[in-house]
Amino acid sequence: MLIIKKNKFLIRLAILPVWVVLYIYLEPLANGLVYNVFGMDKTLRLTEAIRFFIFEVPKVLLLLTLIVFVVGIIRSYFSPEKTRKALEGKSLLVGNVMASSLGIVTPFCSCSAIPLFLGFVESGIPLGVTFSFLIAAPMINEVALVLLFGLFGWKTALIYLSTGLFISILSGWIIGSLKLEKWVEPWVYDIKAGKLAMDEEALTINHRIEAGFTAVREIVSKVWIYIVAGIAVGAGAHGYVPADFMASFMGKDVWYSVPLAVLLGVPMYSNAAGIIPIVQVLLEKGASLGTSLAFMMAVIGLSLPETIILKKVLKLPLIFTFVGVVAVGIMIVGVLFNMIF
Amino acid sequence: MVIKILGTGCSKCVNLENKVKEIVKSNNIDATVEKVSELQDIMKYGIMSTPGLVINEKVISYGTVPKDSQILEWLKEAN
Repeated sequence: MLIIKKNKFLIRLAILPVWVVLYIYLEPLANGLVYNVFGMDKTLRLTEAIRFFIFEVPKVLLLLTLIVFVVGIIRSYFSPEKTRKALEGKSLLVGNVMASSLGIVTPFCSCSAIPLFLGFVESGIPLGVTFSFLIAAPMINEVALVLLFGLFGWKTALIYLSTGLFISILSGWIIGSLKLEKWVEPWVYDIKAGKLAMDEEALTINHRIEAGFTAVREIVSKVWIYIVAGIAVGAGAHGYVPADFMASFMGKDVWYSVPLAVLLGVPMYSNAAGIIPIVQVLLEKGASLGTSLAFMMAVIGLSLPETIILKKVLKLPLIFTFVGVVAVGIMIVGVLFNMIF
Repeated sequence: MVIKILGTGCSKCVNLENKVKEIVKSNNIDATVEKVSELQDIMKYGIMSTPGLVINEKVISYGTVPKDSQILEWLKEAN
Protein backbone atom coordinates (compact mmCIF):
# COMPACT_ATOMS: atom_id res chain seq x y z
CA MET A 1 0.00 0.00 0.00
CA LEU A 2 2.74 2.39 1.01
CA ILE A 3 4.73 1.59 -2.12
CA ILE A 4 1.78 2.34 -4.36
CA LYS A 5 1.24 5.64 -2.58
CA LYS A 6 4.88 6.54 -2.94
CA ASN A 7 4.84 5.72 -6.64
CA LYS A 8 1.77 7.85 -7.18
CA PHE A 9 3.55 10.72 -5.52
CA LEU A 10 6.68 10.23 -7.64
CA ILE A 11 4.68 10.04 -10.85
CA ARG A 12 3.01 13.28 -9.95
CA LEU A 13 6.35 14.85 -9.11
CA ALA A 14 7.54 13.99 -12.62
CA ILE A 15 4.78 16.15 -14.09
CA LEU A 16 6.69 19.33 -13.23
CA PRO A 17 9.80 18.84 -15.42
CA VAL A 18 7.55 17.64 -18.26
CA TRP A 19 5.59 20.86 -17.84
CA VAL A 20 8.75 23.00 -17.99
CA VAL A 21 10.10 21.26 -21.12
CA LEU A 22 6.75 21.54 -22.88
CA TYR A 23 6.46 25.21 -22.04
CA ILE A 24 9.96 26.05 -23.25
CA TYR A 25 9.66 24.19 -26.55
CA LEU A 26 6.07 25.16 -27.28
CA GLU A 27 6.77 27.99 -29.71
CA PRO A 28 9.29 26.16 -31.94
CA LEU A 29 6.99 23.11 -31.81
CA ALA A 30 3.96 25.13 -32.92
CA ASN A 31 5.95 26.91 -35.64
CA GLY A 32 7.44 23.66 -36.90
CA LEU A 33 4.03 22.04 -37.00
CA VAL A 34 2.46 24.85 -39.01
CA TYR A 35 5.33 25.72 -41.38
CA ASN A 36 6.97 22.34 -41.90
CA VAL A 37 4.44 19.60 -41.15
CA PHE A 38 1.41 21.41 -42.57
CA GLY A 39 3.67 23.17 -45.08
CA MET A 40 1.70 26.40 -44.86
CA ASP A 41 2.75 29.64 -46.50
CA LYS A 42 4.25 32.05 -43.93
CA THR A 43 2.85 35.11 -45.64
CA LEU A 44 -0.79 34.01 -45.56
CA ARG A 45 -3.15 35.49 -42.98
CA LEU A 46 -4.72 32.08 -42.43
CA THR A 47 -1.30 30.63 -41.54
CA GLU A 48 -0.77 33.31 -38.91
CA ALA A 49 -4.25 32.75 -37.44
CA ILE A 50 -3.68 28.98 -37.22
CA ARG A 51 -0.17 29.35 -35.81
CA PHE A 52 -1.50 31.75 -33.18
CA PHE A 53 -4.22 29.27 -32.17
CA ILE A 54 -1.90 26.25 -32.05
CA PHE A 55 0.62 28.12 -29.93
CA GLU A 56 -1.70 30.02 -27.58
CA VAL A 57 -4.13 27.26 -26.56
CA PRO A 58 -1.56 24.88 -25.02
CA LYS A 59 0.44 27.81 -23.63
CA VAL A 60 -2.49 29.29 -21.76
CA LEU A 61 -3.73 25.87 -20.61
CA LEU A 62 -0.26 24.99 -19.30
CA LEU A 63 -0.02 28.26 -17.39
CA LEU A 64 -3.54 27.88 -16.10
CA THR A 65 -2.96 24.35 -14.83
CA LEU A 66 0.19 25.29 -12.95
CA ILE A 67 -1.23 28.41 -11.35
CA VAL A 68 -4.55 26.84 -10.42
CA PHE A 69 -2.57 24.03 -8.79
CA VAL A 70 -0.43 26.47 -6.80
CA VAL A 71 -3.45 28.61 -5.88
CA GLY A 72 -5.31 25.45 -4.83
CA ILE A 73 -2.51 24.66 -2.38
CA ILE A 74 -2.37 28.25 -1.11
CA ARG A 75 -6.15 28.31 -0.67
CA SER A 76 -6.06 25.19 1.48
CA TYR A 77 -4.53 27.46 4.14
CA PHE A 78 -7.52 29.81 4.05
CA SER A 79 -11.27 29.57 4.61
CA PRO A 80 -14.03 32.14 5.06
CA GLU A 81 -14.20 31.06 8.70
CA LYS A 82 -10.52 31.83 9.28
CA THR A 83 -10.77 35.09 7.35
CA ARG A 84 -13.65 36.16 9.54
CA LYS A 85 -11.61 35.46 12.63
CA ALA A 86 -8.72 37.52 11.24
CA LEU A 87 -11.00 40.46 10.49
CA GLU A 88 -12.79 40.58 13.83
CA GLY A 89 -12.14 43.77 15.74
CA LYS A 90 -10.07 45.43 13.02
CA SER A 91 -10.48 49.19 12.56
CA LEU A 92 -11.94 50.55 9.36
CA LEU A 93 -8.95 51.23 7.11
CA VAL A 94 -6.79 48.33 8.34
CA GLY A 95 -9.84 46.12 8.03
CA ASN A 96 -10.45 47.21 4.43
CA VAL A 97 -6.87 46.50 3.41
CA MET A 98 -6.91 43.09 5.11
CA ALA A 99 -10.34 42.15 3.78
CA SER A 100 -9.35 43.02 0.22
CA SER A 101 -6.11 41.07 0.40
CA LEU A 102 -7.79 38.06 2.01
CA GLY A 103 -10.48 38.32 -0.65
CA ILE A 104 -7.90 37.27 -3.23
CA VAL A 105 -6.85 34.05 -1.51
CA THR A 106 -9.96 32.96 0.38
CA PRO A 107 -11.99 30.35 -1.49
CA PHE A 108 -15.24 32.06 -2.41
CA CYS A 109 -18.16 31.31 -4.65
CA SER A 110 -20.89 33.83 -5.30
CA CYS A 111 -23.46 31.22 -4.25
CA SER A 112 -22.20 31.53 -0.66
CA ALA A 113 -22.12 35.35 -0.70
CA ILE A 114 -25.17 35.54 1.60
CA PRO A 115 -24.04 33.15 4.35
CA LEU A 116 -20.70 34.91 4.22
CA PHE A 117 -22.28 38.34 4.51
CA LEU A 118 -24.43 37.17 7.43
CA GLY A 119 -21.47 35.51 9.12
CA PHE A 120 -19.30 38.62 8.83
CA VAL A 121 -21.96 41.09 10.00
CA GLU A 122 -23.02 38.79 12.81
CA SER A 123 -19.53 38.66 14.27
CA GLY A 124 -19.33 42.46 14.29
CA ILE A 125 -17.17 43.06 11.23
CA PRO A 126 -18.07 46.56 9.92
CA LEU A 127 -20.17 46.82 6.78
CA GLY A 128 -17.41 48.61 4.85
CA VAL A 129 -14.87 45.89 5.64
CA THR A 130 -17.35 43.18 4.60
CA PHE A 131 -17.84 44.99 1.31
CA SER A 132 -14.11 45.20 0.66
CA PHE A 133 -14.07 41.42 0.85
CA LEU A 134 -17.15 41.00 -1.32
CA ILE A 135 -15.69 43.30 -3.97
CA ALA A 136 -12.17 41.86 -4.03
CA ALA A 137 -13.18 38.18 -3.99
CA PRO A 138 -14.77 38.05 -7.45
CA MET A 139 -12.92 40.97 -9.05
CA ILE A 140 -9.37 39.82 -8.36
CA ASN A 141 -9.50 36.41 -9.91
CA GLU A 142 -6.54 34.06 -10.06
CA VAL A 143 -7.49 32.73 -13.49
CA ALA A 144 -7.65 36.27 -14.88
CA LEU A 145 -4.31 37.06 -13.26
CA VAL A 146 -2.63 34.08 -14.91
CA LEU A 147 -4.10 34.77 -18.31
CA LEU A 148 -3.04 38.40 -18.19
CA PHE A 149 0.43 37.31 -17.18
CA GLY A 150 0.62 34.71 -19.92
CA LEU A 151 -0.77 36.87 -22.70
CA PHE A 152 0.45 40.37 -21.87
CA GLY A 153 3.30 39.97 -19.41
CA TRP A 154 3.83 40.59 -15.70
CA LYS A 155 3.32 44.35 -15.82
CA THR A 156 -0.29 44.07 -16.97
CA ALA A 157 -0.93 41.34 -14.42
CA LEU A 158 0.53 43.51 -11.66
CA ILE A 159 -1.53 46.51 -12.77
CA TYR A 160 -4.67 44.38 -12.64
CA LEU A 161 -3.83 43.08 -9.17
CA SER A 162 -2.95 46.46 -7.68
CA THR A 163 -5.81 48.41 -9.20
CA GLY A 164 -8.24 45.66 -8.14
CA LEU A 165 -6.96 45.97 -4.59
CA PHE A 166 -7.15 49.76 -4.76
CA ILE A 167 -10.78 49.69 -5.90
CA SER A 168 -11.93 47.17 -3.30
CA ILE A 169 -10.13 48.94 -0.45
CA LEU A 170 -11.41 52.37 -1.46
CA SER A 171 -14.98 51.28 -2.23
CA GLY A 172 -15.25 49.40 1.06
CA TRP A 173 -13.84 52.34 2.93
CA ILE A 174 -16.30 54.76 1.31
CA ILE A 175 -19.27 52.47 1.99
CA GLY A 176 -18.07 52.12 5.58
CA SER A 177 -17.70 55.89 6.02
CA LEU A 178 -21.19 56.56 4.68
CA LYS A 179 -22.65 54.54 7.59
CA LEU A 180 -25.26 52.71 5.56
CA GLU A 181 -26.21 50.07 8.14
CA LYS A 182 -29.80 51.37 7.99
CA TRP A 183 -30.07 49.94 4.48
CA VAL A 184 -29.27 46.41 5.55
CA GLU A 185 -32.41 44.28 5.92
CA PRO A 186 -33.23 44.35 9.66
CA TRP A 187 -33.56 40.56 9.98
CA VAL A 188 -29.84 40.26 9.31
CA TYR A 189 -29.09 41.68 12.74
CA ASP A 190 -31.54 39.32 14.42
CA ILE A 191 -29.84 36.19 13.21
CA LYS A 192 -28.15 34.25 15.92
CA ALA A 193 -25.30 32.38 14.39
CA GLY A 194 -23.99 29.43 16.30
CA LYS A 195 -20.38 28.88 17.18
CA LEU A 196 -18.63 26.41 14.98
CA ALA A 197 -18.06 23.46 17.26
CA MET A 198 -15.56 21.76 15.02
CA ASP A 199 -11.82 22.22 15.42
CA GLU A 200 -10.03 22.82 12.22
CA GLU A 201 -7.73 19.96 11.61
CA ALA A 202 -4.27 20.84 10.43
CA LEU A 203 -3.92 19.39 6.96
CA THR A 204 -0.85 17.44 6.01
CA ILE A 205 1.18 18.56 3.02
CA ASN A 206 -0.18 15.57 1.10
CA HIS A 207 -3.71 16.80 1.69
CA ARG A 208 -2.75 20.23 0.42
CA ILE A 209 -1.19 18.82 -2.75
CA GLU A 210 -4.36 16.81 -3.18
CA ALA A 211 -6.30 20.10 -2.83
CA GLY A 212 -4.16 21.53 -5.62
CA PHE A 213 -5.05 18.64 -7.94
CA THR A 214 -8.71 18.93 -7.02
CA ALA A 215 -8.65 22.63 -7.88
CA VAL A 216 -7.08 21.84 -11.26
CA ARG A 217 -9.74 19.23 -11.98
CA GLU A 218 -12.60 21.49 -10.92
CA ILE A 219 -11.48 24.74 -12.52
CA VAL A 220 -9.71 23.62 -15.66
CA SER A 221 -12.51 21.25 -16.63
CA LYS A 222 -14.93 24.15 -16.27
CA VAL A 223 -13.06 26.92 -18.07
CA TRP A 224 -11.01 25.25 -20.82
CA ILE A 225 -13.82 25.52 -23.34
CA TYR A 226 -14.06 29.29 -22.82
CA ILE A 227 -10.34 29.62 -23.28
CA VAL A 228 -10.31 27.63 -26.51
CA ALA A 229 -13.30 29.58 -27.84
CA GLY A 230 -11.81 32.90 -26.77
CA ILE A 231 -8.46 32.16 -28.37
CA ALA A 232 -10.22 30.99 -31.53
CA VAL A 233 -11.97 34.38 -31.73
CA GLY A 234 -8.64 36.03 -30.99
CA ALA A 235 -6.91 34.01 -33.70
CA GLY A 236 -9.53 35.02 -36.24
CA ALA A 237 -9.25 38.67 -35.29
CA HIS A 238 -5.46 38.36 -35.19
CA GLY A 239 -5.29 37.56 -38.86
CA TYR A 240 -8.20 39.48 -40.31
CA VAL A 241 -9.47 42.48 -38.34
CA PRO A 242 -7.49 45.66 -39.07
CA ALA A 243 -5.17 46.62 -36.23
CA ASP A 244 -6.73 50.01 -35.50
CA PHE A 245 -10.31 48.80 -35.73
CA MET A 246 -11.10 49.50 -32.06
CA ALA A 247 -9.09 52.68 -31.78
CA SER A 248 -11.91 54.87 -33.04
CA PHE A 249 -14.22 54.08 -30.12
CA MET A 250 -12.08 52.36 -27.48
CA GLY A 251 -8.84 54.24 -27.98
CA LYS A 252 -7.27 56.46 -25.33
CA ASP A 253 -8.17 59.67 -27.12
CA VAL A 254 -11.89 58.99 -26.96
CA TRP A 255 -13.05 60.62 -23.72
CA TYR A 256 -16.20 58.53 -23.27
CA SER A 257 -14.53 55.16 -23.93
CA VAL A 258 -14.00 54.24 -20.26
CA PRO A 259 -17.48 55.15 -18.94
CA LEU A 260 -19.00 53.40 -21.94
CA ALA A 261 -16.93 50.26 -21.38
CA VAL A 262 -17.97 50.16 -17.71
CA LEU A 263 -21.65 50.80 -18.45
CA LEU A 264 -21.58 47.99 -21.00
CA GLY A 265 -19.64 45.69 -18.68
CA VAL A 266 -21.68 46.00 -15.48
CA PRO A 267 -24.81 44.14 -16.61
CA MET A 268 -22.72 41.59 -18.53
CA TYR A 269 -21.44 38.56 -16.77
CA SER A 270 -18.77 36.14 -17.80
CA ASN A 271 -16.26 34.12 -15.89
CA ALA A 272 -12.73 35.46 -15.93
CA ALA A 273 -11.48 32.84 -18.36
CA GLY A 274 -14.04 33.82 -20.95
CA ILE A 275 -13.44 37.54 -20.83
CA ILE A 276 -9.65 37.65 -21.15
CA PRO A 277 -9.34 36.44 -24.75
CA ILE A 278 -11.88 39.11 -25.64
CA VAL A 279 -9.74 41.69 -23.87
CA GLN A 280 -6.84 40.39 -25.89
CA VAL A 281 -8.67 41.09 -29.12
CA LEU A 282 -9.68 44.56 -27.91
CA LEU A 283 -6.10 45.43 -27.00
CA GLU A 284 -4.64 44.10 -30.19
CA LYS A 285 -7.06 46.02 -32.32
CA GLY A 286 -6.31 49.41 -30.87
CA ALA A 287 -8.36 49.64 -27.67
CA SER A 288 -6.32 51.23 -24.89
CA LEU A 289 -5.16 49.33 -21.79
CA GLY A 290 -7.21 51.48 -19.39
CA THR A 291 -10.41 50.99 -21.33
CA SER A 292 -9.89 47.24 -21.76
CA LEU A 293 -9.05 46.70 -18.07
CA ALA A 294 -12.07 48.77 -17.03
CA PHE A 295 -14.31 46.68 -19.25
CA MET A 296 -12.89 43.43 -17.89
CA MET A 297 -13.22 44.47 -14.23
CA ALA A 298 -16.78 45.67 -14.77
CA VAL A 299 -17.73 42.33 -16.32
CA ILE A 300 -16.18 40.03 -13.72
CA GLY A 301 -16.37 42.29 -10.64
CA LEU A 302 -19.97 43.43 -10.86
CA SER A 303 -22.71 41.19 -12.10
CA LEU A 304 -26.45 41.12 -12.20
CA PRO A 305 -26.76 37.61 -10.67
CA GLU A 306 -24.65 38.60 -7.66
CA THR A 307 -26.58 41.81 -7.02
CA ILE A 308 -29.84 39.86 -7.20
CA ILE A 309 -28.49 37.45 -4.59
CA LEU A 310 -27.48 40.39 -2.39
CA LYS A 311 -31.00 41.82 -2.64
CA LYS A 312 -31.97 39.26 0.03
CA VAL A 313 -29.92 41.07 2.67
CA LEU A 314 -29.54 44.62 1.34
CA LYS A 315 -32.11 47.28 0.55
CA LEU A 316 -32.07 48.81 -2.92
CA PRO A 317 -30.32 52.11 -2.03
CA LEU A 318 -27.37 50.17 -0.62
CA ILE A 319 -27.19 47.94 -3.68
CA PHE A 320 -27.14 51.02 -5.92
CA THR A 321 -24.50 52.65 -3.73
CA PHE A 322 -22.39 49.48 -3.88
CA VAL A 323 -22.63 49.14 -7.67
CA GLY A 324 -22.18 52.91 -8.13
CA VAL A 325 -19.11 53.23 -5.93
CA VAL A 326 -17.39 50.23 -7.51
CA ALA A 327 -18.30 51.33 -11.06
CA VAL A 328 -16.95 54.83 -10.43
CA GLY A 329 -13.79 53.31 -8.92
CA ILE A 330 -13.26 51.21 -12.03
CA MET A 331 -13.82 54.26 -14.24
CA ILE A 332 -11.24 56.28 -12.31
CA VAL A 333 -8.68 53.51 -12.73
CA GLY A 334 -9.44 53.24 -16.45
CA VAL A 335 -9.19 56.97 -17.08
CA LEU A 336 -5.97 57.23 -15.02
CA PHE A 337 -4.37 54.48 -17.07
CA ASN A 338 -5.35 56.08 -20.33
CA MET A 339 -3.76 59.29 -19.13
CA ILE A 340 -0.53 57.68 -17.92
CA PHE A 341 0.16 55.15 -20.68
CA MET B 1 -28.15 8.52 12.98
CA VAL B 2 -29.27 11.84 11.50
CA ILE B 3 -27.27 13.32 8.65
CA LYS B 4 -27.92 16.89 7.57
CA ILE B 5 -26.71 18.57 4.43
CA LEU B 6 -26.52 22.35 4.85
CA GLY B 7 -26.84 24.24 1.61
CA THR B 8 -28.89 26.83 -0.20
CA GLY B 9 -29.02 25.06 -3.54
CA CYS B 10 -25.66 25.55 -5.20
CA SER B 11 -24.44 22.77 -7.45
CA LYS B 12 -21.93 21.51 -4.89
CA CYS B 13 -24.68 21.20 -2.27
CA VAL B 14 -26.88 19.11 -4.56
CA ASN B 15 -23.83 17.04 -5.43
CA LEU B 16 -23.04 16.31 -1.78
CA GLU B 17 -26.63 15.45 -0.94
CA ASN B 18 -26.83 12.90 -3.75
CA LYS B 19 -23.47 11.45 -2.82
CA VAL B 20 -24.37 10.97 0.84
CA LYS B 21 -27.72 9.41 -0.01
CA GLU B 22 -26.04 6.99 -2.35
CA ILE B 23 -23.35 6.03 0.17
CA VAL B 24 -25.95 5.48 2.90
CA LYS B 25 -28.01 3.30 0.60
CA SER B 26 -25.25 1.20 -0.90
CA ASN B 27 -23.66 0.48 2.49
CA ASN B 28 -26.94 -0.21 4.26
CA ILE B 29 -26.29 2.41 6.89
CA ASP B 30 -29.17 3.14 9.21
CA ALA B 31 -29.52 6.90 8.82
CA THR B 32 -31.88 9.62 7.69
CA VAL B 33 -30.57 12.27 5.34
CA GLU B 34 -32.09 15.75 5.66
CA LYS B 35 -31.50 18.84 3.59
CA VAL B 36 -31.31 22.14 5.49
CA SER B 37 -31.76 25.00 3.06
CA GLU B 38 -33.09 27.85 5.22
CA LEU B 39 -30.32 30.39 5.80
CA GLN B 40 -31.33 31.04 9.38
CA ASP B 41 -31.00 27.34 10.16
CA ILE B 42 -27.69 26.98 8.34
CA MET B 43 -26.23 29.92 10.25
CA LYS B 44 -27.00 28.21 13.55
CA TYR B 45 -24.22 25.76 12.80
CA GLY B 46 -21.72 28.59 12.53
CA ILE B 47 -20.51 27.88 9.03
CA MET B 48 -20.30 30.36 6.16
CA SER B 49 -19.24 28.20 3.28
CA THR B 50 -21.66 25.64 1.96
CA PRO B 51 -22.20 22.74 1.60
CA GLY B 52 -21.94 21.68 5.22
CA LEU B 53 -22.09 18.08 6.38
CA VAL B 54 -23.60 17.52 9.81
CA ILE B 55 -23.75 14.12 11.48
CA ASN B 56 -25.76 13.87 14.71
CA GLU B 57 -25.77 17.67 15.06
CA LYS B 58 -22.00 17.90 14.75
CA VAL B 59 -20.42 19.80 11.86
CA ILE B 60 -18.07 17.38 10.10
CA SER B 61 -17.06 19.37 7.04
CA TYR B 62 -17.95 22.57 5.23
CA GLY B 63 -17.14 24.36 2.00
CA THR B 64 -16.13 21.24 0.12
CA VAL B 65 -17.53 18.02 -1.25
CA PRO B 66 -15.40 15.39 0.49
CA LYS B 67 -14.34 12.17 -1.20
CA ASP B 68 -16.65 9.15 -1.03
CA SER B 69 -14.18 7.10 1.00
CA GLN B 70 -13.85 9.94 3.52
CA ILE B 71 -17.62 10.30 3.90
CA LEU B 72 -18.01 6.55 4.41
CA GLU B 73 -15.32 6.62 7.09
CA TRP B 74 -17.13 9.40 8.98
CA LEU B 75 -20.44 7.57 8.75
CA LYS B 76 -18.90 4.37 10.10
CA GLU B 77 -17.23 6.27 12.91
CA ALA B 78 -20.50 7.87 13.95
CA ASN B 79 -22.37 4.58 13.88
